[in-house]
Amino acid sequence: MSSLDPRIRRAEPELWTLSTPPLDSLEHWPTYEVFVQRMRGGHAQHVGSLHAPNPEMALVLAKEQYARRSQCVALWVVPTEAILWTSPADEDLFQPAVDKSYREPQGYLNTRERLEKYRDRLQATSHD
Amino acid sequence: MYGNLVIRPEDIENWGKKVHEEDPEKLAEFEARIERGEKIEPQDWMPFEYRRQLIRLIEQHAHSEIIGALPEGTWITRAPTFRRKLALMAKVQDEVGHAQLLYSAAETLGKPREAMINDLLSGKSKYSNVFNYPAKTWADTAIIAWLVDAGAIINQTTNSKGSYGPYVRALERICWEESFHLKYGYDSVVYLATGTPKQRALLQDALNRWWRPIMHFFGPPDNLSVHTEKLVKWKVKLATNDEMRQQFLDMYVPKIWELGLTIPDPNLRKNPETGRWEYSDPNWDEFWQVINGNGPCNKERIAVRRFAEEKGRWVRRALLESQARYVTPLA
Ligand SMILES: [Fe+2]
Ligand SMILES: [Fe+2]
Ligand SMILES: [Fe+2]
Repeated sequence: MSSLDPRIRRAEPELWTLSTPPLDSLEHWPTYEVFVQRMRGGHAQHVGSLHAPNPEMALVLAKEQYARRSQCVALWVVPTEAILWTSPADEDLFQPAVDKSYREPQGYLNTRERLEKYRDRLQATSHD
Repeated sequence: MYGNLVIRPEDIENWGKKVHEEDPEKLAEFEARIERGEKIEPQDWMPFEYRRQLIRLIEQHAHSEIIGALPEGTWITRAPTFRRKLALMAKVQDEVGHAQLLYSAAETLGKPREAMINDLLSGKSKYSNVFNYPAKTWADTAIIAWLVDAGAIINQTTNSKGSYGPYVRALERICWEESFHLKYGYDSVVYLATGTPKQRALLQDALNRWWRPIMHFFGPPDNLSVHTEKLVKWKVKLATNDEMRQQFLDMYVPKIWELGLTIPDPNLRKNPETGRWEYSDPNWDEFWQVINGNGPCNKERIAVRRFAEEKGRWVRRALLESQARYVTPLA
């Protein structure tokens, strides 16, 4: 079926004959993390990421992508690879250190349980 | 915009086996976290199948947004007024922006963007079937912006209660923007419905063309769908195809009738006893035909996407290597 779109008809016949080698990795550029400050006095908040060839372009694209409508007084972009993060799995890092069970015998109540679980697992796999 | 995640039998082959290979303690912890309503973040441990199915889901969704911009985009140059042209440009820009947000969310699971685009162009990845139909007249764009976006909103609002943090955050933002699409679409439809006999006929024709693809939008009926208990438990799939289709019919059929339009299905009615909508078989065979590449526009959609990637290549390279300069040899 011939296209209903005049722009597409203008691109023919090349449109149908074009063969594109697969994209190379990083062809869509490295990633940047985007932060938006919604009002003066507020914190800049992480809103997402995008791909850009350099920091200046990252800012231009961040404005298009993350500040099209919503209120925004400032935008920050940071190369993703420049960010060091803690894993959410380590969230107990941020618990207040009032728990002193590590210096009490009661702090070691589940040692046995762990060993038994391990044994069960060994048994289960040896049955396979 | 987006149709529902289509799961075929081959997609979950050996599935149970793989889940059983996971570390049982970690799996229990992971499932308990989801059960408590907490979100999973990219750096968290997750089962292999959770990652794989989410990549498929979010990637299909992203492709649907970027391809979904094409049928409407066709009409930007021919919009009937300047205000409509501005609104349509804003909507199409939003849809492409949705694709960007979703590709980024899928990338947090470890699949690079280039790989996703390659899979789209090779036909390995799918996108919503509804975008393989042409927008023949301006009225088609009105029907799309109202009813296809309405379907997308139901689907996306449902998915936004899911368990994966980056996807949920992207969806919250997307749903917020979709509300403009819906209002714009409804306004365009009402304008034609209250216009001249010719405008009304144009609208009725468009509705006739789009009704079947819209009925296909939420995917095959539940009794023909693959069982997905695990995906439900992991909050990857939050409502069945029929549940969402019923919700859509409940919300929009009365609004369509209110405009004096005829829905091209003589059997469509709400059964007062069951409280559920009944309708003719929308030809699921056609649905599978289109998914497998044989719809009216599949080839054009992919060709246009390939054209854009290929013709944009030199621009992307030039920007990436903007420091590279030709230097005249000294001697
Ligand atoms: Fe959408
Ligand atoms: Fe969208
Ligand atoms: Fe939309």
